Amino acid sequence: MIEGKTRIEENLDDIKKGERLLYLSGIDLSFDGFKALNSLSLTIDYGELRCIIGANGAGKSTMMDVITGKTQPDSGSVIFGKETSLLEMDEPSIANLGIGRKFQKPTVFEGHSVFENLELSMKAEKGFLTTLFAKLNGEEKDRIAKTMELIGLSENMNMPAGILSHGQKQWLEIGMLIMQSPKLLLVDEPVAGMTPGEVEKTGEILTELAHDHSVVVVEHDMEFIRSIAKKVTVLHEGSVLAEGSMQSIQENEDVRKVYLGE
Amino acid sequence: MMEKRTPILLKLFQDDTAGKYLFSLLLALVIYAVFANLVFSAESILHVSTLSITLFGKYLAFALLALSLDLVWGYLGILSLGHGAFFSLGAYAMGMYLMRQIGDRGVYGNAELPDFMVFMDLKELPWFWYGFDSMFFTLFIVALVPSILAFVFGWLAFRSRVTGVYLSIITQAMTYALMLAFYRNDMGLGGNNGLTDFKDILGFSLQDDGTRLVLLILSFLALLSGYLVSRFIVNSKLGRICIAIRDTELRTRFLGYRVEEYKLFIFVVAAILAGIAGALYVPQVGIINPDRFSPLFSIEIVIWVAIGGRGTLYGAIIGAFVVNFASTYFTSALPEVWLYALGALFVVSTLYLPKGIVGILEKTDFTNLVKGAVK
Repeated sequence: MIEGKTRIEENLDDIKKGERLLYLSGIDLSFDGFKALNSLSLTIDYGELRCIIGANGAGKSTMMDVITGKTQPDSGSVIFGKETSLLEMDEPSIANLGIGRKFQKPTVFEGHSVFENLELSMKAEKGFLTTLFAKLNGEEKDRIAKTMELIGLSENMNMPAGILSHGQKQWLEIGMLIMQSPKLLLVDEPVAGMTPGEVEKTGEILTELAHDHSVVVVEHDMEFIRSIAKKVTVLHEGSVLAEGSMQSIQENEDVRKVYLGE
Repeated sequence: MMEKRTPILLKLFQDDTAGKYLFSLLLALVIYAVFANLVFSAESILHVSTLSITLFGKYLAFALLALSLDLVWGYLGILSLGHGAFFSLGAYAMGMYLMRQIGDRGVYGNAELPDFMVFMDLKELPWFWYGFDSMFFTLFIVALVPSILAFVFGWLAFRSRVTGVYLSIITQAMTYALMLAFYRNDMGLGGNNGLTDFKDILGFSLQDDGTRLVLLILSFLALLSGYLVSRFIVNSKLGRICIAIRDTELRTRFLGYRVEEYKLFIFVVAAILAGIAGALYVPQVGIINPDRFSPLFSIEIVIWVAIGGRGTLYGAIIGAFVVNFASTYFTSALPEVWLYALGALFVVSTLYLPKGIVGILEKTDFTNLVKGAVK
């Protein structure tokens, strides 16, 4: 009954770099008359690192909610790959399809160790009977070790996630996303509250990830975006205001008017 | 076969020092109680009376009940204030079997109908009483009825994503509704008198010391098995996912886990354990009435677990023993004080001992104490 909802008709592994991975078209969504998304249309290619900026209330987080199945839009369509519609699918189905999400506030399992956090995030059969008898094999342990190395937490593997520093929690959550082997990573404000050193390292991790994933970063820190971004999308009042390189965005008249307040 | 089983048992206790000690202690107590009851004469100071044996058996049944609540509350964060309902359903099922065992020895001497039905002028046995002549069928129902209730209730509640205090209130409403239903005479389950006056079980008299001892041993084995099953679940990846759900449900969902399925699984397992606890309780205590469905009793179970320390499994068992032992003592020595004492205990443990008695024990380094004593 639950499996039926997923309906994976196409093989998403066939998608090549540079091909369209996610396509939002004409998304409308209002909360009590407030238009959070206003015929929003957006395309993300496979292997792309995209930054999304916009003022508070521009619809960034709402857009993520729509993509991950947390919120259903009033109208419009969300297509993953060539033809898989994400609407009507619930969060676990979408997650298992290959879309990972990092929240604004770091949300890791505080009581579990770094290792266990990654173990639970790993792409695997997620039914409860499977997990009752699940055992980690060598290959899976290697994957966890590799991820810990990438996010720089190898030495903290047995530490409860709750006592990690803010920056380390953010990395752990990115690590958890990686363990899901998603095609698309949605990363909400990854460097908020980080020290300059941590910001730099986060940039490296995300750039590294964009080699074989699509990464969508929502961020306020313009310095950070300038350092990692190739393509930037500006949201304003629930729709796309401008899109292009950081250079072109900064020179865009409309953007200067509404976003930079000039 | 035995050779194969022992390692699994040891493995489950391997990293569980507290559980190992607790069950060694319980085993020693059970062995001593049985031995002392049989060997020493009633005048001897070492004698353990049959009344104490029965009380001990009751505590073991309550410990199993507390353990089952700890699975849902300690590991999933679902504060069930209606857990007594599953216990009572199991208890009623066993009570129905015991009623059928009375046969024509009731006051009215009717071999076909239990006394209360004769009193109510019923002509024939209601359909839902069929099959309770068989112990095998009864045991099946003891597990089945609580699990059906847990499944239906859980399916509706978890799917609608009802959580936190709202869920607690609904569980309380559930057990309250059942209490009202069981109070009604036309439910055909004895109304407010419940089921009582039991004579024997599987042909053995319930007044017999031997039967009491066997029931005590069975209660211990049930608690041990329940503990091992729970420990296995909690140690598995599924157990870690439950804790993840307890701590950050949304994150777990976004990792692709169907939270509802996990909650439902644990809820049903816990309901079955609670039902078994109820079935063990009835023959030892000798009565089951709708009061056990009252939210008050369910809250008491929560207090046992809170005082013992939740999320550890053994803490729930310790809590059930400590509180019920105190309850037995106080209700005879200082009956008017007990409820206040219980309330105070709960407040104190919530405020100062968030981890309950287990929290204190963890702080004390026992290995060193033991080593020191040996030196």
